[in-house]
Amino acid sequence: MSGQRLSYLVLLALALALPFFVYPVLVMKVLCFALFACAFNLLLGYTGLLSFGHATFFGTAGYVAGHALKVWGLPTELGLLVGTGAALALGWLIGSLAIRRQGIYFAMITLALAQMMYFFFLQASFTGGEDGLQGVPRGTLLGVIDLADDLHLYYFVLAVFVFGFWLIYRTIHSPFGQILKAIRENEARAISLGYDVARYKLLVFVLSAGLAGLAGATKMLVFKFATLSDAHWHLSGEVVLMTLLGGMGTVFGPVVGSSVIVTLQNELADKVGSLVTVIMGSIFIVCVLLFRRGIVGEIAALYKRALGERA
Amino acid sequence: MKQKTLVMLMAMAITALASQAALAQAAKAKTGKLSGDMVKIGVMNDMAGLYADIGGPGSVEAAKLAVADFGGKIFGKPIEVVFADHQNKPDVGAAKAREWFDTQGVDMITDVPTSSVAIAIAKVANEKKRVYMNTGAATKALTNEECNPYTVHYAYDTYALANGTGKAIVQTGGKSWFFLTADYAFGHALEADTAAVVKASGGEVKGAVRHPLSASDFSSFLLQAQASKAQIIGLANAGGDTINSVKAANEFGLTKNQTLAGLLMFITDVHSLGLKTAQGMMLTDAWYWDSNDETRKFSKRFFEKMKRMPSFDQAAVYSTTLTYLKAVQAAGTDDADAVMAELKKTKINDLFAKGGYIRADGRMVHDMYLMQVKKPEESKYPWDYFQLKKVIPAEEAFQPLSLSKCSLVTKK
Repeated sequence: MSGQRLSYLVLLALALALPFFVYPVLVMKVLCFALFACAFNLLLGYTGLLSFGHATFFGTAGYVAGHALKVWGLPTELGLLVGTGAALALGWLIGSLAIRRQGIYFAMITLALAQMMYFFFLQASFTGGEDGLQGVPRGTLLGVIDLADDLHLYYFVLAVFVFGFWLIYRTIHSPFGQILKAIRENEARAISLGYDVARYKLLVFVLSAGLAGLAGATKMLVFKFATLSDAHWHLSGEVVLMTLLGGMGTVFGPVVGSSVIVTLQNELADKVGSLVTVIMGSIFIVCVLLFRRGIVGEIAALYKRALGERA
Repeated sequence: MKQKTLVMLMAMAITALASQAALAQAAKAKTGKLSGDMVKIGVMNDMAGLYADIGGPGSVEAAKLAVADFGGKIFGKPIEVVFADHQNKPDVGAAKAREWFDTQGVDMITDVPTSSVAIAIAKVANEKKRVYMNTGAATKALTNEECNPYTVHYAYDTYALANGTGKAIVQTGGKSWFFLTADYAFGHALEADTAAVVKASGGEVKGAVRHPLSASDFSSFLLQAQASKAQIIGLANAGGDTINSVKAANEFGLTKNQTLAGLLMFITDVHSLGLKTAQGMMLTDAWYWDSNDETRKFSKRFFEKMKRMPSFDQAAVYSTTLTYLKAVQAAGTDDADAVMAELKKTKINDLFAKGGYIRADGRMVHDMYLMQVKKPEESKYPWDYFQLKKVIPAEEAFQPLSLSKCSLVTKK
C-alpha cells in the first residue's frame, strides 16, 4: 500500500514539474481528456455500460459554462460549477431513459439522445452554431489568481483533474464500486442479491456525466471556446478509443490512452499531414487485434504473471 | 591644371560619399529585424477531411511556390513553411497555433478553413499579436463580430458569395428565385443575405424550403422548388448537401427549365460532381485558374506538383504568403504591428488579385467572378469547367464598411 502511495506521489511530482518541460497547453488538454476518459471508464470499465453519447455531457458543460462566464459574467469557479451542474442534470435525464435497456440498445439510446443535443446546439442561438461560442474570458480564480497565465491555469487544471481522479478512485474502491462491478459481472445476480440495480446504474451514469461535464467545462476554459466538435459523436467515439487503448477497467488506463491519442493528434498534425486519421485507425486495429486489455491492462497482466511465476 | 585636379578630387570625393550613402541605404534595406532570425509561415488546414481538396497539401505547395517566387530568402535569412492538420477540430487548431506562436516562432498563419477553427485561431493571433491571413473560411464573423487588428480575411466570405451570386444573377436576367436551405443558422443566414440582395436588385423571391442538415432525400424539397416555377433555385447549403441536392435536381430534370445557383460551392465540388451533373450551375468564385496567362502559368506549375489545378483557396494562400513577405521586406521587420500597418496601406497586385486592398476591418477587397459551369461538350481540356459570366467589381463584391460590426470600425 505504501508503495502504491509512493508511486502516486511520484506521479504527482512529475505532473507538477511537467509544464517546465512540455508545452503547458498541450498537457492541460491531455488532462481534460484524461478526466473525460476516466469518467467514461467508470461507466464502461467498472459498470459495463457502453454509452455512445458521452460527448454530449462534455459539450453541454462547455457551452453552459462558457455562456455563464461570457454572457452572465459569473466568476470562473462558479461558471465551471454551473456547467458541471448542467451536465449532471442532463446525465440524470438521459440516464433515466437509457438505463431501461441493456447492451446495444443502451448505446443506441445514448447516441440518439446525444445527437438530439448536438442538433440543438447547432440550431440554438447562444452557441453560435458552426462558429462556436468563442472568446470566453478565463477570469481569475477566487478573484486573486489570474488564469490568463498558462502556468497558473495549468495548476488549476491539474487540481481539477486530481480532484476528479480522486473521486473516481474513491468510488471504484468503495462498497458502491463493488456493487457496480457486481452489476458488470452479472446483472441478474446482483438483482437476485437484492440490489436495486437501476438506481445504482442511474447514480453512476449521473456521476460519470457530471465528471465528463467538469472535464468539458475545464477544456472550454483552457481554450476559451466551446464548439460543436465538443458535442459531436466523433468525440464520443474518440473517448471509447482512449479508454480501450489505455485499458478498460484500469485506474490509469484512460489517462494513458488519452495522453497517447491527444499527443498523437497534436504532434502528428504538422508531420504527416493527411495520415493522422489513418494512423489513429491503425492503432485502434492493432490494439483490438493484439492487446485487447489495452496498454495499462497488458502491463498489469504481465506484472501479475511475473509475480505469479516468482511465487 | 591644379584647379582641374582639385575639381576632379572633389568630384571623386563626392561620388565616393554619395556611393557610400547609397551603399548604406542599400544595406539598410537588405537588413531587417527578424524574430528568430528567420520568417516562418504556418499553413494550417484540413489535410484529409471534408476540405482537403480545397486547401490541404495543395495549400502547403502553394505557399512554397510563393516563397520560391519571392527568392527563397529575406534579408539573407531563411524563410520556412510549416504546416499542420487541424482535423477540423478547433481545439487541435488553437492548441497548435498557440504552440506555433509560443515555442516555434511562427510569424504568420494562413489558410484555416472551417469557421469554428478560423475564429478560434483569430482569437489566438490577437492574444499573441501575430499576423493571421485567413483564406479558407467562409464566415463573415471574422471581419465583423470577431474581428481584430491582426486578422485579415483574404479570399471570400458568405456575404460576398450571397451578394455576388444574388446580384449578378438578377442582373443577368435571373429575376425569380426559390431557395433550398439547410435548416440551421448558416443556411438561414445565407438565404436571408441572398434574398435581401435579390429583392434589392429588382428580383423576386417566390419562396423557400428548409431541409435538415445532411439530408438523404431531397425529392420532396425539389418538387416544391420545381412547382414554384422560379427561374433560379438558390442552394443555401454546403458540402455534401449541395452535392446531393445538385445530383437530385438532375435526376428530377429540374435543370432543364430552371438554373441552380450554388451559394457556397467550389471548383472541387464541380470536379467531383462532373460536368454532366453540374452543367449550367451558377456560382461565385474568388479566382479561377484559367482566367489569364499569369494564372495559367501558375496553375501549370502547381499542376506539375499536385496533379490538379489550384482552387481559389490555394491561389489565395500563394498570394497571402507573397503579400506577407513583401510587407515584411517593406517594413524591415517581422514585428506584427509594423507588418499589419504595411499590409493595410499597400495595394495587392499579383496573380490572385489586381488592385486588392485590406480594409480597416481586415477584409481584403478584390474582384469576384460570377461563373457558369460549362456543358460537357464546351469543355476542351481537363479542368476546363467555368465560363465567366460577369466580373463583380471589388467595391460591389464585399460587405460595405459602413455595415461592418467590427469594433475597429464602429468604435470611432
